[in-house]
Amino acid sequence: MSRVKTAFERLEQQGRKALIPYVTAGDPQPDVTVPLMHAMVEAGADIIELGIPFSDPMADGPTIQLACERALVHNTTIIDVLGMVKTFRETDGETPVVLMGYLNPIEMTGYERFVELAADAGVDGVLTVDLPPEESGEFVRLLNERDMDAIFLLAPTTEESRVAEVCRHGSGYIYYVSVKGVTGSAALDVEEVASKVAMIRSHTDMQVAVGFGIRDAASARAISDVADGAIVGSVLVNQIAALAETPDQIPAAVAAIVKDMRTAMDA
Amino acid sequence: MPTNNDLAKLKQLPDATGHFGPYGGRFVSETLVSALQELEQTYEKLWRDPAFQAEFDRDLAHYVGRPSPLYFAERLTAHAGGAKIFLKREDLNHTGAHKVNNTIGQALLAKYTGKPRIIAETGAGQHGVASATVAARLGLKCYVYMGADDVERQKLNVYRMKLLGAEVIPVESGTRTLKDAMNEAMRDWVTNVDDTFYIIGTAAGPHPYPKLVRDFQAVIGREARAQCLEQTGRLPDALVACVGGGSNAIGLFHPFIEDEGVRMIGVEAGGDGVETGRHAAPLTVGRPGVLHGNRTYLMADDAGQIQGTHSVSAGLDYPGVGPEHSWLKDCGRAEYTAATDEEAMDAFRLLTRIEGIMPALESSHAVAHAIKLAKEMDKDQTIVVNLSGRGDKDIHTVAQIDGVEA
Repeated sequence: MSRVKTAFERLEQQGRKALIPYVTAGDPQPDVTVPLMHAMVEAGADIIELGIPFSDPMADGPTIQLACERALVHNTTIIDVLGMVKTFRETDGETPVVLMGYLNPIEMTGYERFVELAADAGVDGVLTVDLPPEESGEFVRLLNERDMDAIFLLAPTTEESRVAEVCRHGSGYIYYVSVKGVTGSAALDVEEVASKVAMIRSHTDMQVAVGFGIRDAASARAISDVADGAIVGSVLVNQIAALAETPDQIPAAVAAIVKDMRTAMDA
Repeated sequence: MPTNNDLAKLKQLPDATGHFGPYGGRFVSETLVSALQELEQTYEKLWRDPAFQAEFDRDLAHYVGRPSPLYFAERLTAHAGGAKIFLKREDLNHTGAHKVNNTIGQALLAKYTGKPRIIAETGAGQHGVASATVAARLGLKCYVYMGADDVERQKLNVYRMKLLGAEVIPVESGTRTLKDAMNEAMRDWVTNVDDTFYIIGTAAGPHPYPKLVRDFQAVIGREARAQCLEQTGRLPDALVACVGGGSNAIGLFHPFIEDEGVRMIGVEAGGDGVETGRHAAPLTVGRPGVLHGNRTYLMADDAGQIQGTHSVSAGLDYPGVGPEHSWLKDCGRAEYTAATDEEAMDAFRLLTRIEGIMPALESSHAVAHAIKLAKEMDKDQTIVVNLSGRGDKDIHTVAQIDGVEA
């Protein structure tokens, strides 16, 4: 069974919702990432979304663009990112790690080679922002063969007639994008999200996690009341940016934000 | 070389899912999928509608000033000393380049879909000017994303856009050129997808853009084919066009795909020379990958990061290319090469001095290659060069290279 599924089953038994932090691998420098991942788990993260830096992150706002730029100053490659996951796995065999990024670095690595390396590193799922289900056949098949989940996005603009089709390609969980826009943009409308999540649930048994627009403990709590998980990225990445000159302080500072959210979600 | 039957099939592409062989497709985040599906449906319906076609043709005739002439460049031909060189005068279009053919078409689509807000990306500013122009004419609000470096080197076009009522948004991220402008336009579209029509300026991006931009630009090739038959009694032996994203080239090439004897040659920006790495020539020295919604030849490093590009011409300064060119290359139906900054500058000066035609620096790449090619061909053969734009916008750049204040 995949670690993602195990994690959600355990949460369900405990009556809790998933807290899923996102950070860009290699930001602001490569040696920060693994300690940061452990610190976030310690603070209550259930799944970690680890961004693969890309030169042209078209679906991301300025916060994550800059995170990619900081990581790329150190030439953090997709192979380096897989190495970080492997190191993380040496002491954490339980917390699922989902890679999130854009297709071109994966294409250049080659689907087969990437999947082989990712499975070997202990990756549990891959979310490729610019790879909708229609283009994903071969890649999803290869991931599934190695028991990794292909995680897909649904958006406020996704027609209901398409939801079941997207869900049919995916596994692990659905990432519902709460706002029209890039990461780190406008505040979210919880009622609107609640009705969309309900609609999505009528088409799939998969858990629905919600991301984009969650910026504090209160919004994480509000989302966890209406969905199966809260994904939080830009607010953590902003903290990393603020401490880029004193990277030793990053794990504890980011963990503190995660912990606040965890506390609010479990209250 | 493919057979005639293959060529007929090649001309019918893209397939129903927007692919040209392995290239093209729709590689976008989920938020944009429904907008692209809607655009595809609208386009397919309207493109077959005689009323839409009539309106498009009327605008091209009376607003753009088509057909553009096919001009026999006698002194340039004599200078090269080989094949006869004809120039397809897209520089004479309203706004000064081929770009307007496409913006007229897409603005009509915007009008039919009822979206009040237009966005566009631009490199040299020609597509931005053409978008601002059609927006002004239809009373639509227009926002143009332009790399901060390009804003600097294309000041004249920036001011033209402002005069036309458009807002020019300088893009400071990444390499501050066309690719970054396109990233930023995509981000805007994702945010404002309900009320915004994105007029992509080249035959690239997610399906259906490569197809519809080509269809709107194919008027160039249809006219050139008929004009060449009329003036010379036969089809040309070779077509030459510059390729950045490749919209002027695909517009010229496409109507000739089944004419097996007609060579089609795209000329990319060789910058300081393709061997230096400072260029914008993905078809010449790049490799396939995925960027800006389509799979195509790209300039990317081993890790998949998009590489910085360099060209004296802002309009060719782009690390990707339209997907149909990638497939025409792999099939062997079209050939691609590069001209350096220096070769383009020489061609710019030469054409200006001996024909009194000042070409855009982009188009100068095509002229440079055509001169070389003509020398290798017989005097009774003909080359049609797409003179895709005029050079007024580049005077500042040329003056700077000459060390003159302009």
